[in-house]
Amino acid sequence: MAEEVILLDFWPSPFGMRAKIALREKGVDFDLREEDLSSKSPLLLEKNPVHKKVPVLVHNGKPVCESLIIVQYIDETWGHESPLLPSHPYERARARFWADYMDKKISVGGVVWAPTGEAQEAAKKEFIECLKVLEGELGDKAYFGGERFGYVDVSLIPFYSWFYAVETSANLSIMEECPKLVGWAKRCMQRESVAMSLPDQYKVYDFMLEVRKKRRAQ
Amino acid sequence: MAEEVILLDFWPSPFGMRAKIALREKGVDFDLREEDLSNKSPLLLQTNPVHKKIPVLIHNGKPVCESLIIVQYIDETWGPESPLLPSDPHERAHARFWADYVDKKISLGRVVRAPTEEAQEAAKEENIQCLKMLEGELGDKAYFGGERFGYVDVSLIPIHSWFYALETLANFNIGEECPKLVAWAKRCMQRESVAKSLPDPHKVYNFMLELRKKLQAQ
Repeated sequence: MAEEVILLDFWPSPFGMRAKIALREKGVDFDLREEDLSSKSPLLLEKNPVHKKVPVLVHNGKPVCESLIIVQYIDETWGHESPLLPSHPYERARARFWADYMDKKISVGGVVWAPTGEAQEAAKKEFIECLKVLEGELGDKAYFGGERFGYVDVSLIPFYSWFYAVETSANLSIMEECPKLVGWAKRCMQRESVAMSLPDQYKVYDFMLEVRKKRRAQ
Repeated sequence: MAEEVILLDFWPSPFGMRAKIALREKGVDFDLREEDLSNKSPLLLQTNPVHKKIPVLIHNGKPVCESLIIVQYIDETWGPESPLLPSDPHERAHARFWADYVDKKISLGRVVRAPTEEAQEAAKEENIQCLKMLEGELGDKAYFGGERFGYVDVSLIPIHSWFYALETLANFNIGEECPKLVAWAKRCMQRESVAKSLPDPHKVYNFMLELRKKLQAQ
């Protein structure tokens, strides 16, 4: 049966980028569909009725929601010869822990949409602290899992597309604060799956400005 | 090599209960260690330096943190003949989605900790809506995964130990709002792993009462 793979996405979303990277790592052909979040498609509302969010992977009609769950699904369904998650249960638990850490602790929105200077300073501090913890975990390894690009790298690298927006918003130099992490990010960007899936940082910056304008107008 | 399995726990925590249920489902012998959260043990601080929270599973000296990650680790390490997660990738994604939903949306603690009547009513309402969503997902099945007790059941059943406390302290009668869920909970409670891992509801009630007193005193 011909495989039908659809990804419902929103181009600035780091969560959507995770799914795109994973699909491309596995060489899966997919139909990428851009959502207008102010006017969600019937397909999105039908396939993710609970959260109504992107990304949603629709594989032969069956939906998978939540970016990390999607990445694990992709890993379990395709390309078993090049797994994103390690094979040993302990290493898998560690990988899941660090991806979960990002989801709990990284808030780009907290920095760029901060309502006040004070709120932004607090958000900026937290953001940098999280990056430093992640940088500590990376250590001197090429990738989070060691020699091979994997699950934790897929989970984190999308935020790199927001670095310029965050830096200009909060008067911050991520390169100064976390040079190893920036080095790691550039290494990841050399992978085709990543380069194809991350938008240009200036495009993201312009998107941020647009959203700010709209919010102020409200 | 002799297996050493330690679980750092706090008896009222629903997250700790998940780990205990999973270990008992798999028939794993473990050393259960109760933490005083106002005076965390050196072992807890050493094995979970990032979050400093329980539960922490320590298997032959290696720590696993975050309850759902612990449950998946237990499932992948022991008892492959009686898996908690389904084998089909789509069903696995479905199970992960609903356990993640419980983590994102169910917060009974907010009801107990609510500083005002108003906040309490709002917290109750939110939880009810989410419990009804879960009840809808359960449908007429014996367990969330179908015929067999599994991952989603493990993730949600700990709330049963809080039902009595919530009814008495917050007039929150889950039974009236979600009768199917209560029937499912009773079915789960018949399992030894669950009955042993959930504390006595009256003990939980007394704990909540104490907690409220402390919060009000602050």
